[in-house]
Amino acid sequence: MNKELKIFGVVAFFTLLLYWGVEPFAHGQMHKHVDFNNFVYDGKADIAAAPADKKEAKETFWKEVGEISKLKGDPVAGEATYAMCTGCHMEGAPNMGGVIPPVLDNAGAIYDKNYLIALIKDPAMASNVDHKYADTMTHPMGSIKSMVSQPQDIANVVAYLKEKKAGAVTPKQAYEQACGRCHANRYVNWTQLGTVPKTEKNLATGIDVDALKFKQAVAEEQALVADYMGKLPPDLSIIIRARSHHFLETIVENPQSQLAGTAMPRVGLNEQGFEKVMEYLEVSGDPSKVARDALGPWVIGFFVLFTILAYLWKSSLWRDLH
Amino acid sequence: MARIENAKSVNEWLDQRIGLNTLKKVMQTEYWIPKNINFLWAMGMVLAATFGLLTISGIFLLMYYQPHVDHAFDSVNYLIMTEVGYGWLWRHIHGIGASLVFLIIYIHMFVGIYYGSYKKGRELIWISGMLLFVLFSAEAFSGYMLPWGQMSYWAGMVITNLFAGGSLEAVGLVEWIRGDYVPAQAFLTRFFMLHVFLLPLVIIGAIVFHFGTLRIPHVNNQDGEDFDYEEHAELYKAGKVKESKVIPFSPVFLSKDVFVMGVYFILFFYLVFYHFNFAMDPVNFDPANGLNTPAHIYPEWYFLWSYEILRPFPTDPGLVAFAIAQVIFFMLPFLDRSPNVAPANRRGLFHIWFWVMLVDLLVLTVMGKLPPEGIWNVIGFWAAIVFFALWIALPFITKAEKKL
Ligand code: HEC
Ligand code: HEC
Ligand code: HEM
Repeated sequence: MNKELKIFGVVAFFTLLLYWGVEPFAHGQMHKHVDFNNFVYDGKADIAAAPADKKEAKETFWKEVGEISKLKGDPVAGEATYAMCTGCHMEGAPNMGGVIPPVLDNAGAIYDKNYLIALIKDPAMASNVDHKYADTMTHPMGSIKSMVSQPQDIANVVAYLKEKKAGAVTPKQAYEQACGRCHANRYVNWTQLGTVPKTEKNLATGIDVDALKFKQAVAEEQALVADYMGKLPPDLSIIIRARSHHFLETIVENPQSQLAGTAMPRVGLNEQGFEKVMEYLEVSGDPSKVARDALGPWVIGFFVLFTILAYLWKSSLWRDLH
Repeated sequence: MARIENAKSVNEWLDQRIGLNTLKKVMQTEYWIPKNINFLWAMGMVLAATFGLLTISGIFLLMYYQPHVDHAFDSVNYLIMTEVGYGWLWRHIHGIGASLVFLIIYIHMFVGIYYGSYKKGRELIWISGMLLFVLFSAEAFSGYMLPWGQMSYWAGMVITNLFAGGSLEAVGLVEWIRGDYVPAQAFLTRFFMLHVFLLPLVIIGAIVFHFGTLRIPHVNNQDGEDFDYEEHAELYKAGKVKESKVIPFSPVFLSKDVFVMGVYFILFFYLVFYHFNFAMDPVNFDPANGLNTPAHIYPEWYFLWSYEILRPFPTDPGLVAFAIAQVIFFMLPFLDRSPNVAPANRRGLFHIWFWVMLVDLLVLTVMGKLPPEGIWNVIGFWAAIVFFALWIALPFITKAEKKL
């Protein structure tokens, strides 16, 4: 008995060593190390990675963002300015320069305050894709720079968003508003044009014309997004199994940190916004978690019992052998 | 013609027709196993049980899987994981089973090596076992193609490319294997056929063969002791179970097997429910894309050691080294020149050989996963050299071994 335990110890030791080597250790070595800034948007990473001729501009930009952040915003005054946003950001908005502007119904809840300030000040700078533009004014939302240029106005709009657009947000809303204009999610029927509508096929021909029309519209929208981004952003249905939590939080916080030079803009989510998006990615990519947690203890419990009974059986048969 | 009379029980009815009682004796109650064994001798039955789990879970997956390049990925990742009731359970069992079966195979092999269970009449057990190893490798590889993810596609590309034979440039052979210039529909369909039909069929045959080879030499024991089975079986039957060195396979040996299986299943289902990511590589959750090579391409963990023997050398010598590594274990019974059947710790230099080999394979495995750069490449290269040095040294150190 004692000897068997010793042998078991040796087998277990080498098995664990093997596991450690090919999993935690190898993966730790394989993936480049990327720092996570806890969804604090202070531009540090942007400045550090910027080429010499851009460093100063970025430093000034993020310093000014910090200063605006200290101003006390007036949500009532902000509401008037917000009307300028809804010129573009509204239900059923058309594609604008490559993407459909998201509705802002939950913007105050899912985006970080500093990020929103930066975004209104200069969208391309804020989302760290300014290298794509000779003049950041030409960013699809770039004109906001001239429309809302006073620091106090910016502070007011953001105060408005943080007060009036910060109610409860569902995982679905968070995903659709933060990622859904670029990333389809076919496992939950999401396209860049919204949820696939319910349609019916013509009984005589067996063909669903409305579905075909929708497909065509999606294809056209995707072509615009691909043109804007240089490639079609991947479908995120099962990304939660394909990328680690750390990868996802860092690519949201700063895509350039994971994919240098990528066209994906920063999505300045706060922690709550990110958690909600993750919840939705779990719905589409790992929906069996609840069932696993419910069934697991029963199956394992069964085998514990099985093992105990087997041990008693074995002991009764082997007792008199030695 | 047997005597068929009115049977008084099902047992008797069957006995008259297929000799049930004789069968039971031959296969179970009078199939003699040495008493002096430890739990490592249950690994064979653990393997058989795991193969059973793989087969059952595989049948359920097969009812929904669609072997088409456009649908394979979603049929696995969406249909089975989301729509099919308990589809996720079958998939996790299949994935964990495929990984653990190799862990147990390696343990089972190293038990055989440690106790010298491949010599003196047991050569065919070893060779049929190695045959199973090769067949399981092919089964695992073909199965890995089926979800048609990035790693399926690119591992399929890299491994089939090996058949070009380096400078031989046998591109025609590679295309013949793939049925196309690159892995595509023809490739997926044929690996599907191999995975669900031909290979399992051959594996079942090979398992029967493996069991058959065990019959006459009997399994080895902890001391490598050779004794007269007839004599000890008579002792056992006469009730002198303490003096007898054997026990019947069923129920005595089986009860221990079942206990060990129980412990194994606890681990197995813990992994199925709570810790399955290691058995399903994240990269394979990106759909196959021939235009986008993943940053790191590596095989599943159980192929890493041989992959690492291929990698640190230039193409041609690498391929030769790889080919030798694939088959060298078949030769073990003939390269070990010592007459001793005994545990390695009583065999002098062979004891060292055993542990160095084990650690070397471990090092190769870890290096095989790491990117081939800098220090990892150097370690991998030397570990590969050590691997071959060990095999060259084996006949000499075993020849010099003192007879026990
Ligand atoms: C000229 C049209 C236009 C105006 C005006 C406009 N936006 Fe936008 N906005 C866009 C477009 C287009 C995008 C998508 C840009 C992209 O994905 O690259 C966008 C994106 C956003 C995002 C998401 C950013 C991210 O990183 O995911 C937020 C938040 C936002 N706008 C807030 C505002 C607010 C607040 C205002 C008003 C102060 C405003 N926008 C005014 C067009 C506009
Ligand atoms: C304005 C469009 C846009 C938005 C909004 C956007 N992304 Fe992306 N995303 C892209 C593009 C383009 C790529 C492809 C990047 C590349 O390959 O360089 C991408 C790639 C990705 C990838 C894959 C990276 C890889 O390893 O290949 C992930 C994960 C991702 N995005 C997550 C998100 C999440 C989560 C959100 C929402 C919080 C989001 N994205 C919002 C455009 C977008
Ligand atoms: C993968 C499927 C396999 C199955 C189902 C299987 C099954 C078994 C079983 C039931 C036994 C008897 C009990 C025991 O000693 O564990 C056994 C013994 C043995 N097997 Fe396997 N085996 C497999 C693979 C292998 C492989 C890959 C090898 C090595 C190359 C191997 C080599 C041996 C040897 C040497 C023995 C005799 C052990 C002894 O005499 O002590 N087997 N196998």
